[in-house]
Amino acid sequence: MPVSTEKMVKVFGRPASLTEARFTYCPGCHHGILTRIIAQIIDELGIVERTVGIAPVGCAVFAYLWYRCDAIQASHGRASAVATGVKRANPNLIVFAYQGDGDFASIGTAESIHAANRGENITVIFVNNQVYGMTGGEMAPTSLVGQKTTTTPDGRDPALFGYPIRFSEMIAQLDAPVYVTRQALYDTKRIVDATKAINKAFTNQLEGKGYSLVEVLATCPTNWRMKPTEANKHVAEVVTKVFPLGDLIDRG
Amino acid sequence: MPKGMLIIDKERCKGCGLCIVACPHQVLAFSGELNRSGYNVVHMERPEACVGCGFCALTCPDVAIEVYRERVPA
Repeated sequence: MPVSTEKMVKVFGRPASLTEARFTYCPGCHHGILTRIIAQIIDELGIVERTVGIAPVGCAVFAYLWYRCDAIQASHGRASAVATGVKRANPNLIVFAYQGDGDFASIGTAESIHAANRGENITVIFVNNQVYGMTGGEMAPTSLVGQKTTTTPDGRDPALFGYPIRFSEMIAQLDAPVYVTRQALYDTKRIVDATKAINKAFTNQLEGKGYSLVEVLATCPTNWRMKPTEANKHVAEVVTKVFPLGDLIDRG
Repeated sequence: MPKGMLIIDKERCKGCGLCIVACPHQVLAFSGELNRSGYNVVHMERPEACVGCGFCALTCPDVAIEVYRERVPA
């Protein structure tokens, strides 16, 4: 198509904080949207020179490749603990931990809860897609009752495997955290809302207010065996019934 | 309505189709053309209908879309 940009003004482009590297995520995966949102906020706040991202183990293990800021790839589940160390060593840095549900809410349970309970001045992005994506679609602690995964081929049976854990609600019980919220990315409105929430979580840290947690309900079309559009619908109609959206605490 | 225009990076597009659903003016569709990774990439099927709202770009998980909007005369 012939393109004339002379009379046109650019209203949306690739955030400057993103590198040119292509994401390794599957088609339709929400990790990409979230990665772009975080880069956009780093741009808006003008903090790329002093931001350190903590990458998890999981599909987002390569998170350090996408951003132009510094990054550390933590051991499985320990991103909140590594973020604590970085922030305490140099409080001038802006530190965010980017963790999936298998990382944050399973193997990293102790580190995640205690970082929140200490009220560390960090920003944690918790990506909840109810499955272990990278390792092959096994059941996660957040998997829904009846959800078919490679380790629960007949669906998650609560008698055997327990119920989906609402981690953000647990953290919201603590006295120290400043901001705990659950967001989603299944349509444009939710994407805008999630962007505002993540902006707030970073701003809280910039203002020295303390621990902020943004849980984001994401899709995993590959392991859910759904088309990306069906996966969005599944989040809107099924997942949000188990994991309701909205702010849990906001003491900012 | 202002007029919009998109530049879609074909090599970044993974053909997930989320932008097609996000577009309120049915501008986008699968082109049938495969990129080097083998994905059926999206193109502007009805470029004249684009208003440059940017919903497609907000939704794109691979940040493959740039959005331009007509300059409003001062």
